[in-house]
Amino acid sequence: MSNIDSKIPEGPLAEKWSRHKAAIRVVSPANKRKLDIIVVGTGLAGASAAASLGELGYNVKAFCYQDSPRRAHSIAAQGGINAAKNYQNDNDSVYRLFYDTIKGGDYRAREANTYRLAEVSPNIIDQCVAQGVPFAREYGGTLANRSFGGVLVSRTFYARGQTGQQLLLGAYSALNRQIDAGSVEMYARHEMLDVVLVDGKARGIIVRDLTNGEIKRFGAHAVVMATGGYGNVFFLSTNAMGSNGSAAWQAYKKGAYFSNPCYVQIHPTCIPVHGSQQSKLTLMSESLRNDGRVWVPKKKEDAERLRKGEISAVDIKDEDRDFYLERRYPSYGNLVPRDVASRAAKERCDAGFGVNAEGKAVFLDFKYAIERLGRETIEKRYGNLFQMYEKITDVDPYTHPMQIYPAIHYAMGGTWVDYNLMTSIPGLYAIGEANFSDHGANRLGASALMQGLADGYFILPYTIGDYLAGEIMVPKIDTNTPEFDEAEKNVTGRLEKLYNIKGDQPVDYFHKKLGHIMWEYVGMSRNEEGLKKAIEEIAELKKEFWSNVRVPGEMNNINPELEKAGRLADFLDIGDLMARDALTRNESCGGHFREESVTEDGEAKRNDEIGCYASAWEFQGEDKEPVMHREELVFENVKLTQRSYK
Amino acid sequence: MADKILKKIYVKVWRQNNPSEKGRFETYEVENVSQGSSFLEMIDILNDQLIREGKDPIAFDHDCREGICGMCSMYINGHAHGPDSEITTCQLHMRRFEDGETITVEPWRAGAFPVIKDLIVDRTAFDKIQQAGGYVSVNTGGVPDGNTIPISQVDAEEAIDAAACIGCGACVATCKNSSAMLFVAAKVSQFAKLPQGKVEAKRRAKAMVAKMDELGFGGCTNTGACELACPKNISISHIARLNREYLKAKFSD
Ligand SMILES: Cc1cc2nc3c(=O)[nH]c(=O)nc-3n(C[C@H](O)[C@H](O)[C@H](O)COP(=O)(O)OP(=O)(O)OC[C@H]3O[C@@H](n4cnc5c(N)ncnc54)[C@H](O)[C@@H]3O)c2cc1C
Ligand code: SF4
Ligand code: FES
Repeated sequence: MSNIDSKIPEGPLAEKWSRHKAAIRVVSPANKRKLDIIVVGTGLAGASAAASLGELGYNVKAFCYQDSPRRAHSIAAQGGINAAKNYQNDNDSVYRLFYDTIKGGDYRAREANTYRLAEVSPNIIDQCVAQGVPFAREYGGTLANRSFGGVLVSRTFYARGQTGQQLLLGAYSALNRQIDAGSVEMYARHEMLDVVLVDGKARGIIVRDLTNGEIKRFGAHAVVMATGGYGNVFFLSTNAMGSNGSAAWQAYKKGAYFSNPCYVQIHPTCIPVHGSQQSKLTLMSESLRNDGRVWVPKKKEDAERLRKGEISAVDIKDEDRDFYLERRYPSYGNLVPRDVASRAAKERCDAGFGVNAEGKAVFLDFKYAIERLGRETIEKRYGNLFQMYEKITDVDPYTHPMQIYPAIHYAMGGTWVDYNLMTSIPGLYAIGEANFSDHGANRLGASALMQGLADGYFILPYTIGDYLAGEIMVPKIDTNTPEFDEAEKNVTGRLEKLYNIKGDQPVDYFHKKLGHIMWEYVGMSRNEEGLKKAIEEIAELKKEFWSNVRVPGEMNNINPELEKAGRLADFLDIGDLMARDALTRNESCGGHFREESVTEDGEAKRNDEIGCYASAWEFQGEDKEPVMHREELVFENVKLTQRSYK
Repeated sequence: MADKILKKIYVKVWRQNNPSEKGRFETYEVENVSQGSSFLEMIDILNDQLIREGKDPIAFDHDCREGICGMCSMYINGHAHGPDSEITTCQLHMRRFEDGETITVEPWRAGAFPVIKDLIVDRTAFDKIQQAGGYVSVNTGGVPDGNTIPISQVDAEEAIDAAACIGCGACVATCKNSSAMLFVAAKVSQFAKLPQGKVEAKRRAKAMVAKMDELGFGGCTNTGACELACPKNISISHIARLNREYLKAKFSD
């Protein structure tokens, strides 16, 4: 039996959150002043949380590794944010958003969390509008919407192709207001390297000032991790270069469970890899699938000639084009969810129909939309994305179809949290992409921004009060204690160890190698043999890393290589846990495709008998096998069906 | 799409170990760079080489590598973010350069942006300007329904034009007076176009301008270099709007 308590409130689904809010404790304003909260990460989740907690009257300290909170990875989100507003009168509702999210996640998310997310979603839009976020508008001045993969209604709010930027700037401005008011102290260019526990509760963190290498201690009554996802374990991904899993991993080593690590999202519309010097993959927003049609040639000969560069896409006649998504999934067509679209692209490329030199690309074609709507409309809708594509590939997407291929994009797994967003360490919270709770095995488009802001603006500020109400008698946390001494010693020891290896290979050499192993065996499809191999190869690579990495520069100066080395050390461990988790999950679902588990027509086959759980891994010590706990997922409101988008 | 390879290029780059040290240029050779690689990927290759040679790699700021976070910031051959218009350094590709070329790379140079190391400068002054009033004072919760604040499509589009600023600092680095006017104007202009921020418009314009002056940014003499260097095409017409907003605020004192 599992010893996991998700603290899901009693009562009917639609009333759980309001009942819970009414039942949990509230801290008085006079007491809030005495309480300190640390927020690590100032992306959408962290900035909105820090600002809201500051407004409430807590003393907040916020941290990020970039030079400014405005540069968090959230800034890169292009497509949009969902909310159940039903402004379009197309029969959208809280329930439908909840249902789409649960189904899109292949029934591997918690019902109660997902429902709450849908329930608070309309407030997010109102909040952002009030902050001056310039969402797209209709002529009449009302908010505009578009549709996104995996759904049949238009519920996605957007600001050109810069939705993440505009939402983050909104949260950043709320944060700035609190910084100005003195309720939030901001520490940019500071990286959290450990969390400190006192009597089993999270009481502070150890950070490195990235500008001068100084190691510092910070104490607080509660710690919030809003540190984003671990997708960079693959080296090539759509994540920002600094995105990392280190904070989550250090928390795991201190006892926070790590949940569903094997669930990573592969996004179908990225610019394909070219050459070997590439550092990063660029996403083309999923909104493009509203108007772009995905195809490959029907005839293998055509595909071969494309690969050799003898012909180009425009030479292939309409009747010789295979619009495979429209063919296979007539009701959703090009708008199938990401996991389905990604696998379908891989299937066509593996079958020999890939269209670039490497054979790893399919077309996303705007010819038809331009014929129907005119170039101007397309320019208005997607202009900046088209410009971005052209800059990277040197190909004009108005005249030649884009080439796209799936890439690693988002981590559905993450630190395990209960309904209050608290991890298994009391006083330690995880929000946004850093936690695991709302998306299940696959995340629908435009729902990560929603989750980050829901957690930060509307959920954590309430639930953390419930915990802090029990802490009001605890005085300011003294950081001159044995617990802090020891944590600091461990951090310094590890940095010195990395620095003193003085081997032959730079950090990136290992990161690329790890990325290859991950993509090969823990990527778009997995099987038992491959996963076992991955575990072995990662162990070898880890050994090599710890004996042969070269970290140049000085400890006490800005040193990006030292930063990368620490993060990579954690990625090696995260990669291992991902493979282990994938191995134990003997079914296909969402972003996790086990070759041993497919339906007759080649679609992912879920197995609810064995798989209806969230894994929660517990650390047992370095080089010891971790233990998996299962949180059984109970579905009382939706019927589990095989997902179909036909 | 087989990319051409640049067999050899020379990178002349500013090296400065810390804020107090005097900097200098060093020139390095880099071989076999694909023209399909980005400028930052070229620096990755160079850094790999430097690390293997036992030298200190070049420190530079970067994160998203998609032209949106505003971190990557360097002067390339005398241009902020390099010779192409409307892009950031991470979006610059090596097909812009010739075999055998010497490429000069420097950090942003402005009094208010001190160098931390090599190409990394400290831009916290921008955050401080925003903290002085670049926001709408609204608490979380208790706000009206979004559609009760209608905004014309034209105004919304103009607000986004201004809001597109990524805070990179190219405008400051390019300006002969190191003025932050374009950056400040973008924010003030965004709110000036929207009903939400009206109540505190006067306070905002004055506070942001005062902060900008206090932090050591120079005055604007309408040269327009900022607009040309801006990767997000922020127009100097926003500066005119800022000036109007500022004067309005002044006169109502
Ligand atoms: C290219 C792209 C496009 C996307 N488009 C969309 C979209 O259209 N719609 C959508 O819903 N979602 C989209 N997503 C997903 C979404 O952007 C992210 O999931 C979301 O923004 C994550 O927000 P976050 O606040 O959890 O984390 P992040 O924004 O990643 O923030 C992490 C924060 O933690 C800090 N941090 C991390 N580690 C440490 C540490 N050890 N110490 C100190 N600070 C640390 C960072 O500095 C940063 O401030 C997109 C993602 C990408 C990559
Ligand atoms: S105005 Fe342009 S150049 Fe200046 S900071 Fe903003 S984006 Fe950069
Ligand atoms: S790295 Fe983000 S804009 Fe260049």
